[in-house]
Amino acid sequence: MSMVESFLDDRPEGSDGSDQMGHFVTGELDLSHGVALYLEDITVSFDGFKALNNLNLEINAGELRCIIGPNGAGKTTMMDVITGKTRPDSGKAFFGQSIDLTRLTEPEIAHVGIGRKFQKPTIFEQHTVFENLELAMKTDKRVWKSLMAWLAGDERDKIAETLRLIRLDGEADRQAGLLSHGQKQWLEIGMLLMQEPKLLLLDEPVAGMTDDETMRTAELFVSLAGKHSLVVVEHDMAFVEKLGGLVTVLHEGSVLAEGDLATVQNDQRVIEVYLGR
Amino acid sequence: MRKPLTIRILSSLDTKSWIALGIFLALALVVVPVLHLNFPEDSAFHISTYAITLIGKIMCYALVAVAMDLIWGYGGILSLGHGLFFALGGYAFGMYLMRQIGRDGSYQSDLPDFMVFLDWKELPWFWVGSDSFGWVAFLALALPAVVAFVFGYFAFRSRIKGVYFSIITQALTYAAMLLFFRNETGFGGNNGFTDFKRILGYPITSSETRLVLFGLTAVMLAVTLVFAAWLVKSKFGRVLTAIRDAESRVMFIGYNPLWYKLTIWVISAVICGIAGALYVPQVGIINPSEMSPGNSIEIAIWVAVGGRGTLIGPIIGAFVVNLAKSWFTVSFPEYWLFFLGLLFIIVTLMLPQGLVGLWKKLMDKKGASA
Repeated sequence: MSMVESFLDDRPEGSDGSDQMGHFVTGELDLSHGVALYLEDITVSFDGFKALNNLNLEINAGELRCIIGPNGAGKTTMMDVITGKTRPDSGKAFFGQSIDLTRLTEPEIAHVGIGRKFQKPTIFEQHTVFENLELAMKTDKRVWKSLMAWLAGDERDKIAETLRLIRLDGEADRQAGLLSHGQKQWLEIGMLLMQEPKLLLLDEPVAGMTDDETMRTAELFVSLAGKHSLVVVEHDMAFVEKLGGLVTVLHEGSVLAEGDLATVQNDQRVIEVYLGR
Repeated sequence: MRKPLTIRILSSLDTKSWIALGIFLALALVVVPVLHLNFPEDSAFHISTYAITLIGKIMCYALVAVAMDLIWGYGGILSLGHGLFFALGGYAFGMYLMRQIGRDGSYQSDLPDFMVFLDWKELPWFWVGSDSFGWVAFLALALPAVVAFVFGYFAFRSRIKGVYFSIITQALTYAAMLLFFRNETGFGGNNGFTDFKRILGYPITSSETRLVLFGLTAVMLAVTLVFAAWLVKSKFGRVLTAIRDAESRVMFIGYNPLWYKLTIWVISAVICGIAGALYVPQVGIINPSEMSPGNSIEIAIWVAVGGRGTLIGPIIGAFVVNLAKSWFTVSFPEYWLFFLGLLFIIVTLMLPQGLVGLWKKLMDKKGASA
């Protein structure tokens, strides 16, 4: 499809959102084999330094997985590869059975159902809390649709529902830049939920939160698992423990250990990596 | 229930702004013509031809300033090449004005004088159709649009941003200027187009023609302002400012910034083209100096002085700076550029929100103390 055609293409949005951008062809999201995310032998190097080194990772549909590892282990680079920000030098990255992530751009990956929360809360500081959620909402995101967009009642309800879930219902008309750090984190999580993704990538979601907020976040994530797959990068071990689920330890760009939290915490190599620094 | 578009456009300005806009149009379409035509030149109420030309010219600049505000104030993309789009609109329309001279030129030829001077025997292919008003009016919109689309597509696709983008736009307008300076390019070389006689058969210097052009420019400015207000208040506008503030977040929630930037970039260029087309018949000349880097930088200064991201600010900025310029260049011509530089430094350091920001601050203070 040509540039101009895709620009003007007005087809209604597809059921899985994959043809919303109108200018890429990809398989439908297929979770029939129970695998949501599949990374095989991913290698990424920056000027000779291997940020990821033959990384293998498999996330099941509905799973809640924690990724831990010392600084520079490649956690953020891994998220960059999954979301299309960084192209791997080699290896495979599949979302479900059929969607090749290495061939899609960032917005396209967002449309097929992967949402990402950054390490540093990244929200639209000049917009209101409400507008932040409005912009994130799953809908046709091409230019023409945005020009003509007008919020329907059910869309307002959806935003109101998310506002309650992230406990910002009293702050809807507040400028997002004025929120506390913890509230910004929650807003970004809320934006992710508005996208209705199948897979959520969360980079240090509870950094800067109070203990109370941290525990509430853990409860939220546990409640999301099952319907969504979640990959959480976190340093806060109390939080990781609360989440339950499998833990993957990254070190120097590959998987060092995998298992439940107690197992990896007692793993001799993991202890060395963490204490050896 | 979704509101119809007309209601949405009406609600993009508040009541006060609509009233202000109405007063502005009444002034431009009724009061100015009456004062110009009905009072003798020595009357205190007479508005001179000079004043009408000057204000008409500044309104064209104000159009460019609104275009610049859309891309810079809302899109966060600083173009230092907007003079190019202005000049393209001007040159496109200038071709028509050159053809309207007919055989009244110095060489009494069907060809424009500069072509006779170059010993050309017939019109080059790109002048075909330039005697048709409709065709050049289309060209004045289409040329800036096409140039902006092609340049913008590659620049935004390569994710060129910030100062790099600004420098490339500056280089673009400079390159175009050098191209238009050449006589062989077919646009009159460094003299450009001038000595216009008629527009649609009417004498171009008559009071009535001037007043019509003046009124058209005022209407165009008002329409553009309403359109721009609607644009920035739409969801499109919110996505645009979101791209300005956090582009990666925008991408990861599924918008492709390329098309958003390209849309506002092309819209901005087309507005400049319209401004250029209205400018040429009123000022009576277009030459490559309109594409000089300095001109494009001046556009950014109008916007900065008035207040970025406010739409009305850039219009105020265009008026303030250009009225100051026409006073300075008569009274102290050699100091104008120093003054302009000083103004830019003061605004950057002390008034990041421009005059509109200053006004708001004063109002807040008044409100707080009352």
